[in-house]
Amino acid sequence: MSKLIEVRNLQFRYTNATHDTLQIPEFSVAKGERVYLYGPSGSGKTTLLEILAGILKAEHGEVRILGRDLTKLFEKERDDFRAEHLGYIFQSFNLIPYLSVQENIELPIHLCTARKERLQGEDPASVLRHLCTRLGIITLLGKKVTELSVGQQQRVAVARALLGRPEFILADEPTSSLDMDHREKFLELMFELCEQNGTTVLFVSHDRSIQHLFSRSVALDSINRTEKGR
Amino acid sequence: MVFLNLALKSLKNRLLPSVLTVISIALSVILLLSVERAKRAAEDGFTQTISQTDLIVGARSGPMQLILYTVFNIGNATHNISYQAYQDIKKNPAIEWTIPYSLGDGHRGFRVVGTTNDFFEHYRFRGDGKMELQEGKNLDGLWDVVIGADVARKLGYKLGQEIAVAHGVTHGEGIQKHDDKPFAVVGILKSTGTALDQSLYVGIEAVEAMHLDWKDGAAPTPETAISADKIKKEDIKIDQITAFFLRAKSRIDTLRLQREINNYREEPLLAIIPGVTLSELWHSLSYVERMLKVISWLVVAVGLMAMLIALTTSLNERRREMAILRAVGASTSKIFALLVFESTLLTLAGIALGFAAVMAGTAILRPWLEMEFGFYLEGGALGPTEIAYLLATLVGGIGIGLIPAYRAQKMALKDGLSVKT
Repeated sequence: MSKLIEVRNLQFRYTNATHDTLQIPEFSVAKGERVYLYGPSGSGKTTLLEILAGILKAEHGEVRILGRDLTKLFEKERDDFRAEHLGYIFQSFNLIPYLSVQENIELPIHLCTARKERLQGEDPASVLRHLCTRLGIITLLGKKVTELSVGQQQRVAVARALLGRPEFILADEPTSSLDMDHREKFLELMFELCEQNGTTVLFVSHDRSIQHLFSRSVALDSINRTEKGR
Repeated sequence: MVFLNLALKSLKNRLLPSVLTVISIALSVILLLSVERAKRAAEDGFTQTISQTDLIVGARSGPMQLILYTVFNIGNATHNISYQAYQDIKKNPAIEWTIPYSLGDGHRGFRVVGTTNDFFEHYRFRGDGKMELQEGKNLDGLWDVVIGADVARKLGYKLGQEIAVAHGVTHGEGIQKHDDKPFAVVGILKSTGTALDQSLYVGIEAVEAMHLDWKDGAAPTPETAISADKIKKEDIKIDQITAFFLRAKSRIDTLRLQREINNYREEPLLAIIPGVTLSELWHSLSYVERMLKVISWLVVAVGLMAMLIALTTSLNERRREMAILRAVGASTSKIFALLVFESTLLTLAGIALGFAAVMAGTAILRPWLEMEFGFYLEGGALGPTEIAYLLATLVGGIGIGLIPAYRAQKMALKDGLSVKT
């Protein structure tokens, strides 16, 4: 299987920090994998996700995604890369409060034409409706996001992350605000849709009760060589 | 398009601060435009109090003094000119018309002007504005008086009213009145919005007739008094007038006529071109206008500051929103642009609201201002100065908007996808 994410000799330190937050000699994710990356709070999970999303830039090492080294790209190129190839799901507050549910989901294809082109001529509205039907949020499309429950909001976030069939999704503890029963259902649905779209998932969490749903689990501590986290 | 949608909905989400910002900008635009329009109205009203008159001729004094007492009813003539000189100059073939003008008497604080019906015929203000009768007729009999609109309104005079003229212009009641020779109101003029409304007009012979029995500036005793009905208009020999207006047949003759009159040998005369003197006078008063302008620009700055405050204080609560936009691929420069776009929209809305308010206000208040204050507002389209002002406000708004936009960009860069509060 070819690699989607390849990290080599990554070293990252925040400006004005006294030591590195991350030192990762080697880490990779293959296409189609569903990787579970766990670690305690403050161990640098979100930092790694932000590096992989191209928000933060590692000064040392290689961060190769889809064959492109993010450390060699300009900020603007990383932004465009993220818009085109990536879906991101936050722990909570995924949605912009003043936009409707539908407008929130459509945001990536409106902000980035390359993302829209990934639909390959399919009508965005019908793709969106199909996705939302599968996620069970079709009746919510016209609603205000503030009227939604947390579980509904997270499913809207999945719809947005998947619209335009990106190559990979980065999820930062998206289930931590859901109860146990909903977590499993939510993940099963998300994986099913990712599988259909051929989307790779990198999921970070400190909650190991859902670990068994993933194809592979990695402890951040086992790949991060830094003495002490941030 | 997605930007417009985002900016509009985001502003709508913060409706109250957005509306207040728009209103504060609108208010400053209203002040700015009003000052400009008031200034223009004042200048027009001022410099166009008299038009189509090429020269004003009076006894030799200063040009300012001459224009003030003839056109604005301010101050008095120190000397008169002889009727003989007037007749002499009037004969000049280059002259199209003349209007004699005699001052010196008043009625309850208003000035009584001795003139002829030529005044109503030829005098023009504000381009081609002509004095028109609201009711009644022009001067005919010796003891006829035509009154200005303000005089009629303030004193409540109707046609047929008998009035006495006081010797010397006085406020309130005169000390010496020509009450033995009462005048009858035969005509009331329409409002012109100029000093013309504040005068009473009698025949030039009447001024002479009132003083017919006066000796060396003293009032007649009952023995020497001549009663009004014994005086005939035809018998009166006019001795002096205060000034006269004239129009040359061709504008080219004006300067030559002016020179000839100023060099008149028989007596010292002064001829001035009213437009020139008026604009000199206006410029000497224009520091007030400059001060008003500075104040209104300061108010615009305050209005834009209100926007700066509203946008800056909202930034902190919008960090989450910025992180979401970043996550779906918006660059920090797009976030910068979004914020600039928002401030541009606010400024544009403020300008549009202010402009609409000024237009509506002008339309509604114009008749009243004209009537009450003689303030003639130019209505309708925007002048080039106003367009320049509005553009300057817009540029200022966009410029001010760069500050919160820059802060938002920095914040988004620092926060990344996680908002550390």
